[in-house]
Amino acid sequence: MSAPPHELLLGESAAIARAALRSDRFRLEREADWQRLERIVGRMEAGRLRGIPDDDLLALPGLYRTVASSLSIARETSLDAATLAYLEALVQRAWFVVYGPRSSLGAWLRGYLGGGWSRAVRGIGPDIAVALFVMVAGVVVGWLLVANNPDWYFALVGRDMAGNRVPGASAEALRGTIFGNAHQNGMSVFAAQLFSNNAQVSILAFALGFAFGIPSLLLLVHNLAGLGAMFWLYHGAGLGIDFAGWIIVHGSTELYAILLAGAAGLHIGRSIAFPGEKPVLQSAGEAGRRAALVMTGVVLMLIVAALLEGFARQLVDQTPGRFAIGGFMFLAWTAYFMLAGRARGQRRNDRE
Amino acid sequence: MIGKRLPRPSISRTRQRTIVTAEGITLPVTIASRGARAGALILDLIFVVVLMVVSTVALAQIAGGVGAAMSNAEGTSPAARALQMLVIVWIILLFLFRNAYFLFFELGPRGATPGKRITGIRIAARGNGGEGGGGGESGGRLTAEMVIARNLLRDIELFLPIVFLAGAGVDSGWAWLAGTGWFLIFMLFPLFNRDALRAGDVIAGTWVLERPKRKLEAALSAGPATPPARAAHDDDVAPPPRAYRFTEAELAVYGEFELQALERALRENREASLDAIYLAIAGKIGRNDGWGDERVFLEAYYTQLRARLEAGMRMGRRKADKHSEEAR
Repeated sequence: MSAPPHELLLGESAAIARAALRSDRFRLEREADWQRLERIVGRMEAGRLRGIPDDDLLALPGLYRTVASSLSIARETSLDAATLAYLEALVQRAWFVVYGPRSSLGAWLRGYLGGGWSRAVRGIGPDIAVALFVMVAGVVVGWLLVANNPDWYFALVGRDMAGNRVPGASAEALRGTIFGNAHQNGMSVFAAQLFSNNAQVSILAFALGFAFGIPSLLLLVHNLAGLGAMFWLYHGAGLGIDFAGWIIVHGSTELYAILLAGAAGLHIGRSIAFPGEKPVLQSAGEAGRRAALVMTGVVLMLIVAALLEGFARQLVDQTPGRFAIGGFMFLAWTAYFMLAGRARGQRRNDRE
Repeated sequence: MIGKRLPRPSISRTRQRTIVTAEGITLPVTIASRGARAGALILDLIFVVVLMVVSTVALAQIAGGVGAAMSNAEGTSPAARALQMLVIVWIILLFLFRNAYFLFFELGPRGATPGKRITGIRIAARGNGGEGGGGGESGGRLTAEMVIARNLLRDIELFLPIVFLAGAGVDSGWAWLAGTGWFLIFMLFPLFNRDALRAGDVIAGTWVLERPKRKLEAALSAGPATPPARAAHDDDVAPPPRAYRFTEAELAVYGEFELQALERALRENREASLDAIYLAIAGKIGRNDGWGDERVFLEAYYTQLRARLEAGMRMGRRKADKHSEEAR
């Protein structure tokens, strides 16, 4: 049955002819393609994309389908377990590459800023409404608590953060905290710290959505209650409008970002608590991906907010100018979220 | 439409899943073991800490010592501005190491951080589940959103409780207890679901799989892999290999399961196990003419058994093992 060994020297065609089994001949005829695919996939897995010839990259999808069909045929005709296992592993590896993340980071970012982000924001609209309500309620609660009993102030704001902004401080001292810092040094470092800190807080607000969204809401209430308490303090000194200007210059961006982060967390929590007709894992997955899109943008917004807080607030030393900047930023963000990517989104919905 | 699942003795069956590709092909995948994932995480954390320490030391060196950076960052001289710049770079770098390390590596074609690569695992899209019939999941495309979502959640799973614990200290009893509880809930999360998903995987719709790696083995029936070298050497000494022929009745006793066991033994090529198998087969079919020539005998039996079973497959007849009648 087995052929004399010296025929090995005659090369591949002889090997195919010599193979005793039809399934082994099938394999020997195709294994060059398999090994070529394995080489290409191996190189891509090793991250050496540049070393791959264009021919190979163009051939990749075709080779993948060829090998996938080889696997289908082999399953029906061959009992060679080693070859089947090899083909299964190879098809799986090629499948990871062919169906991997499709776009480069640059292309993804373009699509993201050109509409993907704002579509995701519009997709969590109801959650934004709830989060906004909770934030406003947080400010009101903070104000009322402190108005009834000033001892609450330190519970809400924290002694370290309060500094000389304490109940009973003179109007002059309070004025000094919101005006006249134009020549302060180290502003850029301050901005970077603000960004790092705020980004971490908003990631937290998002991630806490996993516990049905309730901790996200508590976090929003807690942060905004502090704001309400400080607002009460400055209002008492007749500086309410000036304090609003001091906050709004960066707050219109920063609070917007925190609003979106909290809403994204709430969106996830809602999808887990009330998955509707979908399986809970699928519902959570869809919500999680949408919320992740929103969150990427939140980090970008916080960079802008930190720049505004570190520079614009100190350099623009009067309330109308601060309102102008803050108001403009608010309108710009809102217009972007309402309008960007709408036409394309419409078409995509039609197709689906 | 897959046939019999191939026996893989080394992998526990509970981690085997099938996915259905867009082309409609079922692929077996293996869920990464929890140990491999813990190992990957520990490796990655070590890498992150090393990166943080190295970049901190490097920046401090550039700044001419940490002390100088602290005392001179105030002021408006060019030197102070340069120091401020370094501090900003440092803050941003630490932020990126903490948040973007996993993101950066998992977004590439490998879908794995260095730690995951070392332990041989990768992430993949979990698919919508249940569409592929027979419990198979329909494999989808891994997207950037999934990678972002699963890594944002790492913050509450890992970094937040650690920071909290470090901040609270052991003496503040309740805070310590709460932080530990939090940490354990998320760390143990993968133990309490079938697919070893952590919270981030649930949110993102991903799972972690073993990275398959398998060499193409020689075709057994195309001639033995070892003899050619030996034969070329002492061709004139060794007798020509005997041709064993088996009758239909001798081949009909075994099925696919035994064929694959025989294939494994032939590939491993351990003399003791080959002898044992030879004795079992020769005893069963009542032959004793392969004595002292077991490997050639078994190869011939393997080839002819496979030819018979594959011919049956082409006609739609399969025989799973020695106990089963041929299914029609």
